[in-house]
Amino acid sequence: MPGPFEYTIWLVGALLEASVVVCSLLRGPFRRYFTLNLYMSTSVLVSAGRYLVFTRHGLASSEYTYFYYYSDAILTICLYFALMGLYAIVFEELGAAMRLRVFMMLLLIGTTLFSYAVVHQSESRMVTHYIVEISQNLYFVGLILTYVLWGALLKLRESRVRVIQIVLSLGVYFSINAANYALHNAYPSLRFVWAFLPPAAGMFLPIAWIYAFMKFDDEARLAPARLAAVPR
Amino acid sequence: MAALIFIFSFAALMQFFVSYSRSLIAASARRALSADVQDVIGIKRSASGDDFERVMQFLHLCPDRREDRNGIKAIGAYFRLLGAVGATIGKLLPSLRVWTESERSQCAYFAAVALDRRIAHNRDMFAEQMSA
Repeated sequence: MPGPFEYTIWLVGALLEASVVVCSLLRGPFRRYFTLNLYMSTSVLVSAGRYLVFTRHGLASSEYTYFYYYSDAILTICLYFALMGLYAIVFEELGAAMRLRVFMMLLLIGTTLFSYAVVHQSESRMVTHYIVEISQNLYFVGLILTYVLWGALLKLRESRVRVIQIVLSLGVYFSINAANYALHNAYPSLRFVWAFLPPAAGMFLPIAWIYAFMKFDDEARLAPARLAAVPR
Repeated sequence: MAALIFIFSFAALMQFFVSYSRSLIAASARRALSADVQDVIGIKRSASGDDFERVMQFLHLCPDRREDRNGIKAIGAYFRLLGAVGATIGKLLPSLRVWTESERSQCAYFAAVALDRRIAHNRDMFAEQMSA
């Protein structure tokens, strides 16, 4: 049963996600970063849905477990759309955005089928195992795509601070979740670790995006070579 | 498979976190400190990693500014990570230790710029209240 701390995290997380959309509307980049706002709006709705299911059925119920993992998979797919939006912004001058979208959609379908194929071989706990497997793989593919985008930002010498910070925070979010699901898959008994990390990552992402929207405008720039972990 | 994903994700997390922290620092690196703050904390143009804790103590004495609270927390975490890396792997790789020390000094400069902003903000607030 969640205590006051968990409820607070839940509420603050949902409020922060709603704040991203509000900040984006206030500062003007709502349409430009539409897919990011779509993800945050969906995330607020999912939080409300989880709360409803939780109050009706309880935390330990199979209804809540299914709703949690299925909604997480839907959120990850929304995050793919957000990532596609970022690719479109970075590559808009090269005119390759459409091809990239098709490629990413194919990758998404491929990941889903691959996860199904892996789990299909073991019939036990089929659906729940499938959801954890697909979440792990989706987050991992998301991480790879974010990594590629970060490489492209460095290669293209992208200097817009807002884009850079959004991409990097997304990278942090994807890597925490991918590592977390891998840990969940490998060590299901380490619940105190993999139950704590997603809320922490879930709070970090909206805070970082609010910071990027409020602190910088679209024209604020910095030298991208300064940011590479390995000096170039 | 899960172990491989974990290792890669952890390595990527470190790289993204370092780059994200550097993007926060880079925004303040070009800003010059005011003469008052230079006198108070004894930092002119460049800081050293050892200044960080001292500047943070000054920061905690100053009334909080909501805008830079999260940035300061992130850089605090980055500073501690650098300290841990410098004290462990840095002992084996001298070039890494030099790099962590240079990063730590930039963290200290970031904190000094945040202090400068807080002081200026508080002065403005005080002036506003006095004029009202």
